[in-house]
Amino acid sequence: MIDLLSPALPETLAGLFGMTNLKTWTVVFVILTFGLYLGIAWWSRVSDTKGFFIAGGGVPAPANGMATAADWMSAASFISMAGLVSGMGFAGGVYLMGWTGGYVLLALLLAPYLRKFGHFTVPDFIGDRYAPRSLDASANKLNYARLIALFCAIFVSFTYVVGQMKGVGVVFSGFLGVTPATGVFIGMAIVFVYAVFGGMKGITWTQVAQFWVLITAFLIPAIAISLKLTGQAIPSVGLASPVLESVDPARPYLLDKLSSLNQQFGFGSYTNAYGENAGKWNRLNVFCVCLALMAGTAGLPHVIVRFYTVKSVKAARWSAFWALGFISLLYLTAPSVAAFARYYMVDDIAGLNGKTAEELPQWYHDWNKTGLIAWVDFDGDGKLAFTNNLTDQTIDITPSDRLLFGSTPRDLVPPNELMRIGKVPASIRDELLANPSAWVTANGGLSQAEFDEIEQSQSKPWPPHTVPAHPASPEELPAYEATKQAYETAYKEREEIEQRIIQLKTKQVATAKAKLLELGAAHHPDRDIIVLATPQMAQLADWVVAFVIAGGLAAALSTASGLLLVISSSVAHDLYYKVMNPQASEKQRLLVGRVAIGVAVCIAGYFGINPPGFVGEVVAFAFGLAAASFFPAIVLGIFTKRVGTVPAVAGMLVGITFTAFYIVTQKADVILLNAEVAEAIFGPKGQGLRVPWFFGIDAQGIGTVGMVINFIVTLSLTPFCKPASPAVQELVESVREPEAAPGTPGSTPAPHIENAPAH
Amino acid sequence: MSVSADRVSQAKQRYWRRNVTLMVCLLAIWAFVGLGCGILFADKLNEAGSIGGVPLGFWFAQQGSIITFVVLILIYAIAMNRLDDKYHREVKSEGDAADTEGGDA
Repeated sequence: MIDLLSPALPETLAGLFGMTNLKTWTVVFVILTFGLYLGIAWWSRVSDTKGFFIAGGGVPAPANGMATAADWMSAASFISMAGLVSGMGFAGGVYLMGWTGGYVLLALLLAPYLRKFGHFTVPDFIGDRYAPRSLDASANKLNYARLIALFCAIFVSFTYVVGQMKGVGVVFSGFLGVTPATGVFIGMAIVFVYAVFGGMKGITWTQVAQFWVLITAFLIPAIAISLKLTGQAIPSVGLASPVLESVDPARPYLLDKLSSLNQQFGFGSYTNAYGENAGKWNRLNVFCVCLALMAGTAGLPHVIVRFYTVKSVKAARWSAFWALGFISLLYLTAPSVAAFARYYMVDDIAGLNGKTAEELPQWYHDWNKTGLIAWVDFDGDGKLAFTNNLTDQTIDITPSDRLLFGSTPRDLVPPNELMRIGKVPASIRDELLANPSAWVTANGGLSQAEFDEIEQSQSKPWPPHTVPAHPASPEELPAYEATKQAYETAYKEREEIEQRIIQLKTKQVATAKAKLLELGAAHHPDRDIIVLATPQMAQLADWVVAFVIAGGLAAALSTASGLLLVISSSVAHDLYYKVMNPQASEKQRLLVGRVAIGVAVCIAGYFGINPPGFVGEVVAFAFGLAAASFFPAIVLGIFTKRVGTVPAVAGMLVGITFTAFYIVTQKADVILLNAEVAEAIFGPKGQGLRVPWFFGIDAQGIGTVGMVINFIVTLSLTPFCKPASPAVQELVESVREPEAAPGTPGSTPAPHIENAPAH
Repeated sequence: MSVSADRVSQAKQRYWRRNVTLMVCLLAIWAFVGLGCGILFADKLNEAGSIGGVPLGFWFAQQGSIITFVVLILIYAIAMNRLDDKYHREVKSEGDAADTEGGDA
């Protein structure tokens, strides 16, 4: 999810220091929460593989639900998701639905069966279910199905965890004033301590604590802003309520107003689904992206592994319910936060639009210091304009909207003046923040002669309207015509001068704006400030902002540690124990597990400091690959007995290859080394393979197609290939069987790896 | 003994059929609400009406679907755990607990 994190986050956080007492409060909260995490890790340290990989299989369902929720909600979904929905409106729903709807697939199609199967990892299931017939299941050294699954699990987990580490580094460096590298080191050290000593048990109980930190930090500002804007304490209710009279005397419904405001200022409607007044994605894209996220969620190894940590299949089902219940606390609140924050940005009464410098709210000034939101009054009219008009002139962007909403005094949309200047060099940024108009004047590229011309022209008065009413008698007509003629000529002359002024000013705006954009500014305020600014929009104290930062760290650390455990168990269990050394003792495996997690922390830390290009595209990659590989293989593995090794492996390979190839062609610039390499391989940008060549589907949604291809390949090859071996069919039969009643001979309270056959 | 094992196997088949039926029903609701109301006909629902200023399609995409998902998992957990208990009672009435393990032989 890291590509949701804005690249400007370091500046966001660095800028926060300007605020009073914030640093002190943040240090206090970080020390408190980290102390708590380490204390829990010490209390739950483990000494066996069962404890290390699956927390002893005895975590109560609600606690496991909280841990799963914390595992799932990363720094990006905590800090960036609401901002993303705020900007995207309706289409932002794909993230909300995708990351929750996947849990239904998980709970109904996968979790109980994988739990019944009773091993540690997804590659383990794939490896056993699709073991090649020629191999003895217990000695499948060349089990290619397992190796492919292993490779996917490690790749998906690594792309994900690197992003988390980077996020931790960024947050730390922001508020402790250290370099991002030092920040990553601090994060690595903390995760190292509780993951290496506590294993899954330590991680699980720490995640329970992290869940409470992050959810409280998210809900407090959300509830406060909902109360302030709509008077409703529950943000989801606030979303469907009229705003308070103190906010807008007309008391419009929040979303009604937001939709018309968005259109008035040239953005797509907030609530419209498709068409010209909506976001960039059409129906097919919204569908594909959403389904890819859903199937990807269900196939993500670090989420699936959580269902091994509970006592029974029954508990696994409850655990899925608790997990989604806790996740929905954040996911149902995020759209409200998104809409509230949008209202405070766009509205022309409570928000920023049309405000003069004196009228701007305090939260704007607080965040202005960071440069993430900066009003540059290009046209010098003294009024802020936050619009989707990215040109240099007032234009009529959305003529069809006027038919819908009626003509308003501002149906012409002025150029956008709300920028992000966080990346602009510090000296210029200070200049801009001190006096934006002066900067525009100085950098508009106008000569002194042109300035003089503007000044002279502006002082010329418009001709007084002296034309009398149309005369009744014909003899007065010539005199009337002459006056009218004279007036019209004078008016035309003045109009020409006016056009010249506009032309010069437009030139000035265009030059200044182009220069600013070249210096690294962006044409919109930063989306990450949405969640971080809500405490101030709701006029809460500084310590709430500090608490929100601690929440963001909790989100990043909990996800990172869960992923690191998946990597460790994949290496120690699937690679070392199942492939390399099946005779390994309990002690050896535990040692390998600890070493693997330690090495994984170091590698993740290294890439967190020096992120490779593909990390930015991790949403597309991690979800696309999980959807195109694991999901069909596991579902078919459980619900059909006939599907054998060759079709399943072929399906996975074709699905992965297609998905990876498509994503690489779409994101060649960032995934391959640089733009030149991308061009050498796939040709110039915007042509051939470098446009969405598969029905215009976005790279984020291609996992859906990969998944369908996987299903088709597997199912169409099945009749021509050997069915699964009788032993495997028996295995399928056994995972479908209801769990025996507790206490009877067939009951399997938890996988017990010391005694379990290593099949 | 073999008659009993046979009945256990029948009970198991019934269990699996019920499980699949329940799953298909719940997934149909999942697809209808999430992918249908939230995406495929969201624009139609948006035109159809709104609650408290929130157009229906938008509401399903950002609120309704998530609530539905939570409820679906809750129903599944309750129904399946009951089905497990029922199966255990059926098997127990056969009087031979050992068959629960060797039933698929």
